[in-house]
Amino acid sequence: MRQGNQFDATTQLRLSPFFERTSKLNESQEWRRWSGYLSATNYELNHENEYFAIRTKAALLDITPLYKYIIEGSDSQRFLNKLVTRNINICKVRQVMYTPWCDENGKVIDDGTVQRLSENKFRITSAEPNLGWLEHNSLGMDLTITDDSSTTAALALQGPNSRSILNAVASDSLDKLKFFWMMDTNLGDMPVSISRTGYTGDLGYEIWMNPKDALSVWDLLIEKGKSYGITPTGLQALDISRIEAGLILLDVDYISSRHALIESRKSSPFELGLGWSVKMKKDDFIGKRALEKELKDGPEWKFVGIEIQWDELEKHYRQAGLAPGLPSTAWRTSTPLYNGSEQIGYATSGAWSPILKRYIALAHIKTEYSKEGTMLDFELKIEHFRKLTPAKIVSTPFFDPERKRSCPA
Amino acid sequence: MSRIDRYDAIVIGGGHNGLTAAAYLARAGKKVLVLERRHVLGGAAVTEEIFPGFKFSVCSYVVSLMKPNVMRELMLPKFGLELLPLESTFTPLDDDYLMRTADCDQTYREIARHSKKDAEAYQRFGPLMGQIGMAVRPILETIAPNALRPSLSDLFATKKLLDHFKTLSKEQFEYLTKLMTMSSADFLDEWFEFGPLKSTMSASGIIGTFMGPRSPGSAYVMLHHYMGDIDGAFRAWGFQRGGTGEVSMAIARSAEHFGATIMTEASVDNVIVKNGRAIGVALDNGDEYRSDMVISGLDPKLSFLKMVDEKELPSDFVRSIKNFRIRGSSGKVNLALDGLPDFTCLPGEGHHHRGAISISPNFDYLENAYDDAKYGNFSQKPFMDIILPSVLDPEMAPPGKHVMSCFVQYAPYDLKGGWNDDKREAFGDAVVNALARYAPNIKDIILHRQVLTPADLEKTFGLTEGNIFHGELTIQQLFSLRPAVKWADYTTPIKNYFQCGSGTHPGGGITGSPGEMAAKKILGIY
Repeated sequence: MRQGNQFDATTQLRLSPFFERTSKLNESQEWRRWSGYLSATNYELNHENEYFAIRTKAALLDITPLYKYIIEGSDSQRFLNKLVTRNINICKVRQVMYTPWCDENGKVIDDGTVQRLSENKFRITSAEPNLGWLEHNSLGMDLTITDDSSTTAALALQGPNSRSILNAVASDSLDKLKFFWMMDTNLGDMPVSISRTGYTGDLGYEIWMNPKDALSVWDLLIEKGKSYGITPTGLQALDISRIEAGLILLDVDYISSRHALIESRKSSPFELGLGWSVKMKKDDFIGKRALEKELKDGPEWKFVGIEIQWDELEKHYRQAGLAPGLPSTAWRTSTPLYNGSEQIGYATSGAWSPILKRYIALAHIKTEYSKEGTMLDFELKIEHFRKLTPAKIVSTPFFDPERKRSCPA
Repeated sequence: MSRIDRYDAIVIGGGHNGLTAAAYLARAGKKVLVLERRHVLGGAAVTEEIFPGFKFSVCSYVVSLMKPNVMRELMLPKFGLELLPLESTFTPLDDDYLMRTADCDQTYREIARHSKKDAEAYQRFGPLMGQIGMAVRPILETIAPNALRPSLSDLFATKKLLDHFKTLSKEQFEYLTKLMTMSSADFLDEWFEFGPLKSTMSASGIIGTFMGPRSPGSAYVMLHHYMGDIDGAFRAWGFQRGGTGEVSMAIARSAEHFGATIMTEASVDNVIVKNGRAIGVALDNGDEYRSDMVISGLDPKLSFLKMVDEKELPSDFVRSIKNFRIRGSSGKVNLALDGLPDFTCLPGEGHHHRGAISISPNFDYLENAYDDAKYGNFSQKPFMDIILPSVLDPEMAPPGKHVMSCFVQYAPYDLKGGWNDDKREAFGDAVVNALARYAPNIKDIILHRQVLTPADLEKTFGLTEGNIFHGELTIQQLFSLRPAVKWADYTTPIKNYFQCGSGTHPGGGITGSPGEMAAKKILGIY
């Protein structure tokens, strides 16, 4: 940066096409990096209002930093079916599937959604760059892979009022759009695709558009959404809601097998609670043989939800003369879990859920201790000293409102 | 035609405490019946669509003191409890304002604008009140012991409290004593100098109480409002999504989940007492229900002076209940608005609409408002605690429209000449005028106005004299004295007749606490 210049992030980090608006709305000027983009941590001085927008109103999030690839050609279905663990052969046009994908050893590389845009055209989203991996595995196939990361801008509109807002601005009704399906429509005169997907576990949509329309779409949503409580929302609020929804995050809850320096850092889909997404009956896919073996032997680890028990937690704090110290934001510090004196796992992210009034976390647990209802000990630091406090293995999603899947009659 | 059904327990009144008691008893396997006079559940914690498309938290309007263990044990989040943060308190003044938020830097800077000394003191004040809250918490969670003839468990509880008090710091003890005895104005004068800050903070010392900020005892009421915590943060106030009625509904759903039967439009006429023992209730319509016990969620006046015959009760007890102070001091004005109020001192839409708005510019304003009431008039310039629920939860009003909840003091129950329609409207006018002083556009945006005088609160919600706490929270009617000495442990002089309303320990507000502790006491007996 030259002396005398005002601080300017453009030369350092990428700016989303929404930045012109988000930067002015961000009262806290707190930003995080997300895939090399500057992304709002929270817009207000704290994230509370944004969190409740997700759960009770409508939250608007800039999700442009997601990596996106377009796969087009007569072999695209065959290719994706080989790449990911879900069965893409049954994915209909305008359907969306969430899926992980693995390396040859059955260890997860990344996870994201596959959108079937037409018979021979798909979009796949990912947390990390995957172009090399995609190209490497498509050699000799009749298809083209295009990096769509900066050619498509995206917004997430999440929360119980999201449908009402979109119905107020879209040229088509969203009443019939089912969970994990998508449609093309116009917002004003801007063509967009809307998928009923999201990372919050609530009723919500993701809107895919040409970056040149980004600001107009943003303005339209903010204007028409105002009376429905639309709220620009940052990553801190999102983090709590994705934990409540039991959704994993790459580099927090697991490490991509391509970056893991040692074998023990890698995880199979079975070890990440994604066993449901591994379709063993379908044709060969990358990692299938290793996963077959793992399925036979049983995975070493399981990924579970835990609930830190309130009464004992409160007791610990009372002994220290304090009110229960609950985390106000989601944490991402690996936290040991014990059975007696033996460490049997670790929690990778956790949060106090304001909507559930429960202290929850996502954790890796050795399979033998992973049964629902099992009690274990969670390590807690109170006034610099470590304590153990009981936690219970519970089912996820922790929060799963009916509206997430339901359609108006 | 009359019918007779049999239950283990009958709860009179489907207010939030009655429902809480019912849920706990049902959870313990009891066959429970709740009888509510009105067509809606919730008592004073009720949401009603008074004007088409606009939902009002008609009476009680914020939640803070709801006990965390009640939420957990009754699984209330699962049944619809959703508390949204009320993040600020905004005090409009004629040419300036004071705004306190959850962010301490922002609040420091804002108070420092008026007084640097206060801004610093404020940073010490909050944590201290939190500590006092911690110190008082065990009292609130103890079933009040019988002070005259303590049982073994009473002695045990008393010892535990004494042990607890030995652990208090000198500072905690000093301030606790002051809070128990002083006026909120005197107490705050020791800390702060900026008038609007002091008067706004003192306002929680007069809410629901027939006292002014300079009346001794008002500091305790302030403390009572400080003891709430949400998610471990003391003094956090919340707004229930869908209005306070949804808190009651969540408790009702929980009670039904555990097997309780809830009937609305089932007005109880009296408790059937035979040989000094409650054996059931008789309804206005002649129906009778029998049960092993009857639990009243009504206020002490109704529980003992209406539901049972005085001759069934010891005369000293009757006298205590007659002397129990339950003077109504407040009214409620609910407005359906076409837009947001625009404050002269802070024009436009902003964060200040998302929190509490307090019309409390200085002590004299509040004291003058009280003076009006002392002599039998409603305040010409009333104190108001206002929220805009539709800003927090847009579903409370049609898109772009708003609802405004104004808690108003003072409105004496014993108004000179009595309340009538004209007086009610005049009271409503005084409220709107007081608002218009700070937000002149208010008069143009009112679509509907609901005015509730203390007489209306009494008639609609069964709150004697319109007192929102089922009896004032003054020291002579707290803990072992609430509602009467010897009968503060939810029992009554009539065998198998219990009480669980806000007129019992630890008192008013949406806490669920009296209902919970009454049920636990009952379950300890049976």
